[in-house]
Amino acid sequence: MADEALFLLLHNEMVSGVYKSAEQGEVENGRCITKLENMGFRVGQGLIERFTKDTARFKDELDIMKFICKDFWTTVFKKQIDNLRTNHQGIYVLQDNKFRLLTQMSAGKQYLEHASKRFHDSDLITSWYLFMYINFK
Amino acid sequence: MAVCVAVIAKENYPLYIRSAPTENELKFHYMVHTSLDVVDEKISAMGKALVDQRELYLGLLYPTEDYKVYGYVTNSKVKFVMVVDSSNTALRDNEIRSMFRKLHNSYTDVMCNPFYNPGDRIQSRAFDNMVTSMMIQVC
Repeated sequence: MADEALFLLLHNEMVSGVYKSAEQGEVENGRCITKLENMGFRVGQGLIERFTKDTARFKDELDIMKFICKDFWTTVFKKQIDNLRTNHQGIYVLQDNKFRLLTQMSAGKQYLEHASKRFHDSDLITSWYLFMYINFK
Repeated sequence: MAVCVAVIAKENYPLYIRSAPTENELKFHYMVHTSLDVVDEKISAMGKALVDQRELYLGLLYPTEDYKVYGYVTNSKVKFVMVVDSSNTALRDNEIRSMFRKLHNSYTDVMCNPFYNPGDRIQSRAFDNMVTSMMIQVC
Protein backbone atom coordinates (compact mmCIF):
# COMPACT_ATOMS: atom_id res chain seq x y z
CA MET A 1 0.00 0.00 0.00
CA ALA A 2 1.26 3.41 -0.86
CA ASP A 3 0.81 4.95 2.56
CA GLU A 4 3.18 2.48 4.18
CA ALA A 5 5.99 3.48 1.82
CA LEU A 6 5.34 7.13 2.68
CA PHE A 7 5.70 6.48 6.36
CA LEU A 8 8.86 4.43 5.88
CA LEU A 9 10.47 7.19 3.84
CA LEU A 10 9.50 9.81 6.41
CA HIS A 11 10.81 7.65 9.21
CA ASN A 12 14.13 7.19 7.39
CA GLU A 13 14.52 10.90 6.90
CA MET A 14 13.68 11.62 10.51
CA VAL A 15 16.37 9.30 11.76
CA SER A 16 19.06 10.58 9.41
CA GLY A 17 17.91 14.16 10.00
CA VAL A 18 18.38 13.86 13.74
CA TYR A 19 21.85 12.44 13.27
CA LYS A 20 22.83 15.10 10.73
CA SER A 21 21.66 17.94 12.92
CA ALA A 22 23.62 16.68 15.89
CA GLU A 23 26.77 18.60 16.79
CA GLN A 24 30.21 17.15 16.25
CA GLY A 25 31.06 14.16 18.29
CA GLU A 26 27.53 13.45 19.29
CA VAL A 27 26.99 10.54 17.01
CA GLU A 28 28.80 8.30 19.39
CA ASN A 29 27.15 9.31 22.61
CA GLY A 30 23.50 8.80 23.31
CA ARG A 31 21.96 12.23 22.63
CA CYS A 32 20.62 11.34 19.19
CA ILE A 33 19.28 8.09 20.45
CA THR A 34 17.56 9.88 23.33
CA LYS A 35 15.96 12.38 20.98
CA LEU A 36 14.59 9.64 18.79
CA GLU A 37 13.41 7.67 21.77
CA ASN A 38 11.59 10.66 23.17
CA MET A 39 9.91 11.34 19.86
CA GLY A 40 8.73 7.77 19.71
CA PHE A 41 7.59 7.90 23.32
CA ARG A 42 5.47 10.98 22.79
CA VAL A 43 3.84 9.54 19.69
CA GLY A 44 3.20 6.34 21.58
CA GLN A 45 1.46 8.21 24.37
CA GLY A 46 -1.00 9.78 21.96
CA LEU A 47 -1.60 6.47 20.24
CA ILE A 48 -2.18 4.68 23.50
CA GLU A 49 -4.72 7.25 24.68
CA ARG A 50 -6.70 6.77 21.50
CA PHE A 51 -6.54 3.00 21.50
CA THR A 52 -7.35 2.45 25.16
CA LYS A 53 -10.27 4.85 25.09
CA ASP A 54 -12.78 2.16 24.31
CA THR A 55 -11.12 -0.95 25.70
CA ALA A 56 -12.08 -2.43 29.01
CA ARG A 57 -10.09 -1.57 32.10
CA PHE A 58 -6.84 -3.47 32.47
CA LYS A 59 -7.01 -5.75 35.44
CA ASP A 60 -3.35 -6.67 35.78
CA GLU A 61 -0.01 -6.60 34.02
CA LEU A 62 -0.90 -9.57 31.89
CA ASP A 63 -3.88 -7.68 30.49
CA ILE A 64 -1.61 -4.79 29.59
CA MET A 65 0.88 -7.13 27.91
CA LYS A 66 -1.87 -8.85 25.95
CA PHE A 67 -3.20 -5.52 24.80
CA ILE A 68 0.23 -4.40 23.64
CA CYS A 69 1.10 -7.66 21.92
CA LYS A 70 -2.20 -8.08 20.16
CA ASP A 71 -4.26 -4.92 19.73
CA PHE A 72 -1.57 -2.29 19.78
CA TRP A 73 0.95 -4.13 17.65
CA THR A 74 -1.73 -5.07 15.11
CA THR A 75 -2.94 -1.52 14.77
CA VAL A 76 0.51 -0.04 14.40
CA PHE A 77 2.44 -2.78 12.59
CA LYS A 78 -0.43 -4.85 11.15
CA LYS A 79 0.71 -8.06 12.78
CA GLN A 80 0.89 -9.51 16.26
CA ILE A 81 3.91 -10.11 18.41
CA ASP A 82 5.39 -13.50 17.62
CA ASN A 83 6.65 -14.45 21.02
CA LEU A 84 6.12 -13.15 24.52
CA ARG A 85 8.23 -14.40 27.39
CA THR A 86 8.35 -13.42 31.00
CA ASN A 87 10.25 -14.37 34.07
CA HIS A 88 7.18 -13.65 36.21
CA GLN A 89 9.16 -11.09 38.12
CA GLY A 90 8.48 -8.04 36.01
CA ILE A 91 10.61 -8.69 32.93
CA TYR A 92 8.87 -9.26 29.61
CA VAL A 93 10.56 -10.05 26.32
CA LEU A 94 8.59 -9.34 23.16
CA GLN A 95 9.83 -10.91 20.00
CA ASP A 96 8.82 -9.77 16.55
CA ASN A 97 10.30 -11.88 13.78
CA LYS A 98 9.53 -9.55 10.96
CA PHE A 99 9.61 -6.00 12.24
CA ARG A 100 7.75 -3.87 9.79
CA LEU A 101 10.05 -0.89 9.82
CA LEU A 102 13.11 -2.99 9.06
CA THR A 103 11.85 -5.41 6.42
CA GLN A 104 12.79 -3.08 3.60
CA MET A 105 16.44 -2.97 4.57
CA SER A 106 18.70 -5.47 2.88
CA ALA A 107 19.75 -8.44 4.98
CA GLY A 108 23.48 -8.13 5.26
CA LYS A 109 25.99 -6.85 7.76
CA GLN A 110 26.47 -3.65 5.79
CA TYR A 111 23.54 -1.75 7.28
CA LEU A 112 23.48 -3.25 10.71
CA GLU A 113 24.36 0.01 12.42
CA HIS A 114 21.75 1.99 10.53
CA ALA A 115 19.11 -0.59 11.25
CA SER A 116 19.68 -0.23 14.94
CA LYS A 117 19.15 3.53 14.71
CA ARG A 118 15.75 3.06 13.07
CA PHE A 119 14.94 0.42 15.57
CA HIS A 120 15.57 2.71 18.50
CA ASP A 121 12.86 5.12 17.51
CA SER A 122 10.10 2.70 16.75
CA ASP A 123 10.66 0.09 19.35
CA LEU A 124 10.81 2.60 22.10
CA ILE A 125 7.30 3.69 21.30
CA THR A 126 5.97 0.60 22.92
CA SER A 127 8.60 -0.56 25.31
CA TRP A 128 8.72 2.72 27.14
CA TYR A 129 5.01 2.89 27.36
CA LEU A 130 5.03 -0.55 28.79
CA PHE A 131 7.44 0.70 31.38
CA MET A 132 5.09 3.52 32.21
CA TYR A 133 2.14 1.23 32.62
CA ILE A 134 3.93 -1.24 34.76
CA ASN A 135 4.86 1.56 37.08
CA PHE A 136 1.32 2.68 37.55
CA LYS A 137 1.14 1.06 40.96
CA MET B 1 -25.33 20.68 34.95
CA ALA B 2 -21.95 19.87 36.30
CA VAL B 3 -20.82 22.28 38.96
CA CYS B 4 -17.16 21.35 38.91
CA VAL B 5 -15.03 19.32 36.50
CA ALA B 6 -11.51 18.12 37.23
CA VAL B 7 -8.92 16.11 35.35
CA ILE B 8 -6.32 14.53 37.62
CA ALA B 9 -3.07 13.08 36.32
CA LYS B 10 -1.65 9.70 37.18
CA GLU B 11 0.51 11.19 39.92
CA ASN B 12 -2.58 12.76 41.52
CA TYR B 13 -2.03 16.39 40.67
CA PRO B 14 -4.67 18.34 38.76
CA LEU B 15 -4.27 18.89 35.04
CA TYR B 16 -7.44 20.87 34.78
CA ILE B 17 -9.96 21.98 37.35
CA ARG B 18 -12.83 24.35 36.87
CA SER B 19 -15.91 25.21 38.89
CA ALA B 20 -19.03 26.96 37.71
CA PRO B 21 -19.86 29.25 40.63
CA THR B 22 -16.64 31.19 40.80
CA GLU B 23 -16.90 32.01 44.47
CA ASN B 24 -16.02 29.34 46.99
CA GLU B 25 -13.85 27.46 44.50
CA LEU B 26 -11.68 26.16 47.28
CA LYS B 27 -14.51 24.03 48.59
CA PHE B 28 -14.78 22.22 45.26
CA HIS B 29 -11.04 21.78 45.01
CA TYR B 30 -11.11 20.17 48.41
CA MET B 31 -14.00 17.89 47.46
CA VAL B 32 -12.15 16.72 44.38
CA HIS B 33 -9.07 16.08 46.46
CA THR B 34 -10.93 13.95 48.96
CA SER B 35 -12.68 12.04 46.21
CA LEU B 36 -9.30 10.79 44.99
CA ASP B 37 -9.16 8.44 47.95
CA VAL B 38 -12.50 6.97 47.01
CA VAL B 39 -11.33 6.53 43.43
CA ASP B 40 -8.24 4.65 44.56
CA GLU B 41 -10.35 2.43 46.73
CA LYS B 42 -12.68 1.60 43.89
CA ILE B 43 -10.00 0.64 41.44
CA SER B 44 -8.01 -1.44 43.85
CA ALA B 45 -8.60 -5.16 43.92
CA MET B 46 -10.34 -4.96 47.27
CA GLY B 47 -13.60 -3.53 46.06
CA LYS B 48 -14.11 -6.32 43.57
CA ALA B 49 -17.81 -6.71 44.15
CA LEU B 50 -18.62 -3.01 44.21
CA VAL B 51 -17.54 -1.96 40.77
CA ASP B 52 -17.70 -3.76 37.45
CA GLN B 53 -14.00 -4.29 36.92
CA ARG B 54 -14.13 -4.02 33.17
CA GLU B 55 -15.64 -0.56 33.04
CA LEU B 56 -13.90 2.77 33.03
CA TYR B 57 -16.84 4.59 34.60
CA LEU B 58 -16.82 4.41 38.39
CA GLY B 59 -20.22 5.80 39.17
CA LEU B 60 -21.24 7.81 42.22
CA LEU B 61 -18.23 8.19 44.48
CA TYR B 62 -19.95 9.77 47.43
CA PRO B 63 -22.93 12.03 48.04
CA THR B 64 -22.80 15.06 50.30
CA GLU B 65 -25.76 17.13 51.37
CA ASP B 66 -25.62 19.51 48.42
CA TYR B 67 -23.58 17.71 45.85
CA LYS B 68 -22.84 14.35 44.29
CA VAL B 69 -19.41 13.38 43.06
CA TYR B 70 -18.86 11.02 40.12
CA GLY B 71 -15.63 9.44 38.97
CA TYR B 72 -14.08 7.91 35.85
CA VAL B 73 -10.59 6.49 35.40
CA THR B 74 -8.96 5.95 32.02
CA ASN B 75 -6.63 3.09 31.23
CA SER B 76 -3.68 5.43 31.55
CA LYS B 77 -4.70 6.16 35.15
CA VAL B 78 -5.93 9.66 34.46
CA LYS B 79 -8.97 10.43 36.60
CA PHE B 80 -11.93 12.56 35.74
CA VAL B 81 -14.01 13.84 38.65
CA MET B 82 -17.31 15.59 38.25
CA VAL B 83 -19.34 17.33 40.95
CA VAL B 84 -23.03 17.89 40.25
CA ASP B 85 -25.76 19.65 42.16
CA SER B 86 -27.93 17.29 44.19
CA SER B 87 -31.05 19.34 43.55
CA ASN B 88 -30.76 18.54 39.88
CA THR B 89 -32.54 15.20 40.09
CA ALA B 90 -33.19 15.05 36.37
CA LEU B 91 -29.65 13.83 35.76
CA ARG B 92 -29.62 10.13 35.07
CA ASP B 93 -26.71 7.75 35.14
CA ASN B 94 -26.61 7.55 31.36
CA GLU B 95 -26.25 11.27 31.05
CA ILE B 96 -23.33 11.28 33.44
CA ARG B 97 -21.74 8.49 31.44
CA SER B 98 -22.13 10.40 28.21
CA MET B 99 -20.60 13.47 29.83
CA PHE B 100 -17.59 11.43 30.85
CA ARG B 101 -17.37 10.01 27.34
CA LYS B 102 -17.19 13.52 25.95
CA LEU B 103 -14.54 14.43 28.50
CA HIS B 104 -12.50 11.38 27.55
CA ASN B 105 -12.76 12.16 23.85
CA SER B 106 -11.62 15.74 24.39
CA TYR B 107 -8.81 14.61 26.64
CA THR B 108 -7.62 12.19 23.96
CA ASP B 109 -7.59 15.02 21.47
CA VAL B 110 -5.51 17.11 23.86
CA MET B 111 -3.04 14.26 24.28
CA CYS B 112 -2.61 13.91 20.53
CA ASN B 113 -1.73 17.57 20.17
CA PRO B 114 2.02 17.58 19.48
CA PHE B 115 2.42 20.94 21.19
CA TYR B 116 1.01 19.63 24.42
CA ASN B 117 3.48 18.16 26.90
CA PRO B 118 1.87 15.47 29.01
CA GLY B 119 1.85 16.64 32.59
CA ASP B 120 1.23 20.30 31.85
CA ARG B 121 -2.00 22.06 32.68
CA ILE B 122 -4.54 21.70 29.92
CA GLN B 123 -4.94 25.03 28.20
CA SER B 124 -6.73 23.96 25.06
CA ARG B 125 -9.59 26.21 24.05
CA ALA B 126 -11.51 23.32 22.52
CA PHE B 127 -11.34 21.49 25.83
CA ASP B 128 -12.49 24.63 27.65
CA ASN B 129 -15.43 25.01 25.32
CA MET B 130 -16.48 21.42 25.80
CA VAL B 131 -16.37 21.78 29.58
CA THR B 132 -18.31 25.05 29.39
CA SER B 133 -21.02 23.33 27.39
CA MET B 134 -21.31 20.75 30.16
CA MET B 135 -21.54 23.33 32.92
CA ILE B 136 -23.69 25.93 31.28
CA GLN B 137 -27.06 24.30 31.60
CA VAL B 138 -27.17 25.10 35.31
CA CYS B 139 -29.44 28.12 35.01
